[in-house]
Amino acid sequence: MAGGIKKFVVGSFDDEKVLFPAVKNVRKAGYKIHEVYTPFPVHGLDHALGMRETSLHTAGFIYAITGTTTALTFISWVFTKDWPLNIGGKPYFSLPAWIPITFELTVLFSAVGMVLTFCYLCNLAPFVKKHHFHPRATDDLFVMAIECTDKTNDAEVQAFLQQAGAQEVNVQEVETGWWIGTYDKTQKLYKEEKGY
Amino acid sequence: MSLLKYESQQREPLVDGEKNYHQVTEDIIRPIEMKPSRLWYIGFYISVALLLFGVYSVYREVTYGIGQWNLNKTIGWGWDITNFVWWIGIGHAGTLISAILLLFRQGWRTGVNRAAEAMTIFAVMCAGQFPIWHMGRVWMAFFVLPYPNSRGPLWVNFNSPLLWDVFAVSTYFTVSLLFWYSGLLPDLATVRDRAKTKFRKMFYGVASFGWTGSTKHWQRHESLSLVLAGLSTPLVLSVHTIVSFDFATSIVPGWHTTIFPPYFVAGAIFSGFAMVQTLLIIVRKVLNLQDYITIGHIEAMNKIIVLTGSIVGCAYLTELFIAWYGQNPYEWYAFKENRANLFSPYGWSYYLMMFCNVVSPQLFWSRKLRRNITVTFFMSIIVNIGMWFERFVIIVTSVYRDYLPSSWSTYYSPTIWEIGFYLGTFGLFFTCFFLFAKYFPVIAVAEIKAILKTSGENYKVKMSDMEKADAEKFYIDEVEHAH
Repeated sequence: MAGGIKKFVVGSFDDEKVLFPAVKNVRKAGYKIHEVYTPFPVHGLDHALGMRETSLHTAGFIYAITGTTTALTFISWVFTKDWPLNIGGKPYFSLPAWIPITFELTVLFSAVGMVLTFCYLCNLAPFVKKHHFHPRATDDLFVMAIECTDKTNDAEVQAFLQQAGAQEVNVQEVETGWWIGTYDKTQKLYKEEKGY
Repeated sequence: MSLLKYESQQREPLVDGEKNYHQVTEDIIRPIEMKPSRLWYIGFYISVALLLFGVYSVYREVTYGIGQWNLNKTIGWGWDITNFVWWIGIGHAGTLISAILLLFRQGWRTGVNRAAEAMTIFAVMCAGQFPIWHMGRVWMAFFVLPYPNSRGPLWVNFNSPLLWDVFAVSTYFTVSLLFWYSGLLPDLATVRDRAKTKFRKMFYGVASFGWTGSTKHWQRHESLSLVLAGLSTPLVLSVHTIVSFDFATSIVPGWHTTIFPPYFVAGAIFSGFAMVQTLLIIVRKVLNLQDYITIGHIEAMNKIIVLTGSIVGCAYLTELFIAWYGQNPYEWYAFKENRANLFSPYGWSYYLMMFCNVVSPQLFWSRKLRRNITVTFFMSIIVNIGMWFERFVIIVTSVYRDYLPSSWSTYYSPTIWEIGFYLGTFGLFFTCFFLFAKYFPVIAVAEIKAILKTSGENYKVKMSDMEKADAEKFYIDEVEHAH
């Protein structure tokens, strides 16, 4: 993947009230927004960008039932097949007594699995270095990166962003690779989304 | 869009003062970038000293055996398990704040959740020490794990509440840690991106896992937090339920009651909030965070204290009534003679517990006292003492006179090493907490920013002015736009 160089026009906004219409206008004009970086979760921004919903919670559910099955099959195997123990004359298959551990393993599998999946999907791990378009994106700026193609006139895009209310606009050239993210694949074009 | 969400003017602001996003970052992260104060060093060294004393106490216990503690045949659990239940109970408030209040959409949790979750993790670490060292032959502690072994394999007893505890406590610790750390990632990235020194750049660079703040990541992060909160909610209730099963599934008079699970959970939240108050009242003062942990936050927590304290009070009385109504002579003896009789050897601890947990929190029915920091701080200590005695009463007064009067215990009081172990866990807890307060953002920066424009004082004032000036236009501009 690495090797190629991609050009981005980066605009920073200091108010989410300006950001939302800007996102809409930029997409309407047919530019491709690579990603918007924000200091906190801005609700509704994912929809404004045309991103599809995450299915992380579905993964969480699958991990959860894996935990349930693991616990139940393992304990039943141990207590009915491998080494049945007579504990106070109680039945070997004593399901109610296994509910606590089954529940705990359900939660454990789901939580650990989801966090690992989250880190995997977002390429998050210790010692990972990524490209940051603006250092203040984690402080107080909302940073929009627009991907340029061969046909894009970046002066025009810059002017467009400035007009849309961006405080700071610049052009950055970045080596392509996983460190800039691949979010645009999950985004729909404005036209597709609105059905025209 | 949360930013345009309209919040009633009746509600107290959650962030005081003229703030913007950058100011929030500054206020919360500045303590990390400054040299710690003299007070911090004093506190830290005292904690380390306590920790070392605890380590030495544990060393004596391991070398010479459980005989180093004043336990005997009749009282096998004594201080040790009292401390275990006490610490694990304290942890519960953190999860309540971070998970249950998230599901109930309580905005005020944002100011206190980070520190409370850290408290949970450290408290569970302390709690875990007690059953482990209580094993005596601690080098065989791994026997509690169901691993294939050369003894058959002989598996652990999955029907035993003590094993349920192993699973419950370790799951609780793991999930709390994951929840806490995944919430920390964006804030650690904030520290990284404004770091000036080489050490900070490296440390927070590694710790923040390369977080960029991308919208897609935030979307997944929100989903992750919500599901983790959904999982933690039944988890936290299950943990203290299972701890209560350690007692309730036995046939010891005074333990063998069905009321234990809800009663223990309420008590855990009660004591946990008291500990959160103790810590946060100090933290907000020392780190100058009064604008973020406001009197409103303290009052909200005091309301939970009076609620859970009253639930606990109801449970005490129900328990007493059922002991009498149940007509089991042993059960009734345990309550009547061992506990409620002031002149029995441990009668004093029963009344101390009643006073601290049931009577004193009733002060918080008064709004003035709820909003008084000195009273709150004082009360938080009283509640913690009371809740420690609750566990002491449950354990010691139930077992010191068993079915066989010839084995009735003489008066049980702990040895210095038993106390030293307890003090040592305080050392562990506060050492961790001091390090946390120095190196991590004690308030969730990103979450505060997310509620700033609805609950920040200056924004609320602005919004109310706009509303007054032109109500009709306001609703079109602000409220309609939100959808």
